[in-house]
Amino acid sequence: MEFLSYLISGISLGSIYAIIALGYTMVYGIAKMLNFAHGDVIMVGGYISFCVVTYLGLPGWLSVVVAMLVCTALGILIEGLAYKPLRQAPSLAVLITAIGVSYFLQNSALLIWGASPKVYTPIVSGQIEMFGGSLKISWVTVVTVVICFIIAVGLTSFISKSRMGKAMRACSEDKGAAQLMGINVNRTISTTFAIGSALAAVAGVLLCSFSPSLMPTTGSMPGIKAFTAAVFGGIGSIPGAFLGGILLGIIESLAKAYISTQLSNAILFAVLIIVLLVRPAGLLGKYVPEKV
Amino acid sequence: MSEILKVDSINVYYGAIHAIKDVSFSVHEGEIVTLIGANGAGKSTILQTVSGLLRSKTGVVRFCDEDISHTAAYKIVEKGLAQVPEGRRIFLQMTVEENLEMGAYTQAPSGVDADLAMVYEQFPRLKERRRQIAGTLSGGEQQMLAMGRALMSHPRLLMLDEPSMGLAPILVEQIFEIIRDMHKKGTTILLVEQNAQMALSVADRAYVLETGSIILSGTGAELAASDSVRKAYLGG
Repeated sequence: MEFLSYLISGISLGSIYAIIALGYTMVYGIAKMLNFAHGDVIMVGGYISFCVVTYLGLPGWLSVVVAMLVCTALGILIEGLAYKPLRQAPSLAVLITAIGVSYFLQNSALLIWGASPKVYTPIVSGQIEMFGGSLKISWVTVVTVVICFIIAVGLTSFISKSRMGKAMRACSEDKGAAQLMGINVNRTISTTFAIGSALAAVAGVLLCSFSPSLMPTTGSMPGIKAFTAAVFGGIGSIPGAFLGGILLGIIESLAKAYISTQLSNAILFAVLIIVLLVRPAGLLGKYVPEKV
Repeated sequence: MSEILKVDSINVYYGAIHAIKDVSFSVHEGEIVTLIGANGAGKSTILQTVSGLLRSKTGVVRFCDEDISHTAAYKIVEKGLAQVPEGRRIFLQMTVEENLEMGAYTQAPSGVDADLAMVYEQFPRLKERRRQIAGTLSGGEQQMLAMGRALMSHPRLLMLDEPSMGLAPILVEQIFEIIRDMHKKGTTILLVEQNAQMALSVADRAYVLETGSIILSGTGAELAASDSVRKAYLGG
């Protein structure tokens, strides 16, 4: 029973990683860049939700909507101001810019909301008891897994069926050829950032519902872990992001429970290294040699 | 016949390399015009400049009497200019039908089914393989897909970049048969080829390109008969 409860909390933690990992993997798949500021968009989402509930007194679900809108706008803004001018620049320049944006967001949050942690009120509370109280599952856990599932189904069908989704796949394969089809590549990239950032806002709210202390650095570690999850599953692959995220959550939860809380992150990254040694493109990634 | 494409003294650079030097040519409505020349003469560079993927430093590209020298590539497609790029560049991980749908990206979604039927009629092979991932097609089928994809946008001018490249002689015949057929159905064609013999046999007019400049021009038949062209490009 104990194992089951660790497993469930792992899946739920992993669901959050998966939602964040989607943002990394979609942006990588289409813009071929690692957006290291993605983790900090999560943090902004958390703060926005916090402010809407605390200062405006609006209900939790509405705060999620507002956080999604703000983060979407933020994502489009970041892409347009920081990354778009570097479209032809070497990838290292874009990477460094992304790290810069990450610090910019963290320090802006420090300036606006201060360094002391805010106590976030989870948007859902309470728990379900099963097997005569020997298995307790919080509603946050259930909601997280359900939301992750909805996003997985929704996003997969969006990418495979919709016009914009197909255009995204076309851009991901060959931007020049996509332009020759009449696809506006810049707008497609911008849409990708918008979707990724909206998902980051959802992840931010869920994350803060799990660990209610909100700081300007709240997004960094989950961001790095979700990035790991994306690489683990095969960066650029949407099913890979889900698989990687959930596996990572389970490994982390079980490692904390049975091995050591302090070592859990080390174990996590050790597993990543081993997987990448065996499958350099990640679990579901396709190994495509770089064209020179 | 009105001029559908007019390229007026364009100069294209790759960094410091002056790749295209003062090139001018035109294509009239209903024609097949070909640009021939050796590997590296600048044929593809010219097509990419017309379609907006590359920019000319000076000079003007006019399409249907409109200056498109500074128009974004994706907007040029909307105006009715389609390109089948060198090396086909189909979307290998998407299905055949999805590739064709991408070709219709600028068109109203309501007309796509009719256009698919039209392309499938012209390329029955593609219909058989519509659900297949494009990367699994043979070279000839991929070329047909690239051409079908371009036709989906109802181009007023279709630019084909080396459609015979890498194909067995029998497939080259087949591809040129399709080019003649598309032309008969009213598509104006600008064809870039290394296979000068085949290109000149279908072309109304031709331009010969050498290291970034046009050195000769004339009707297809004139150039096919010209001594210098025969020596340089037709093997005697």
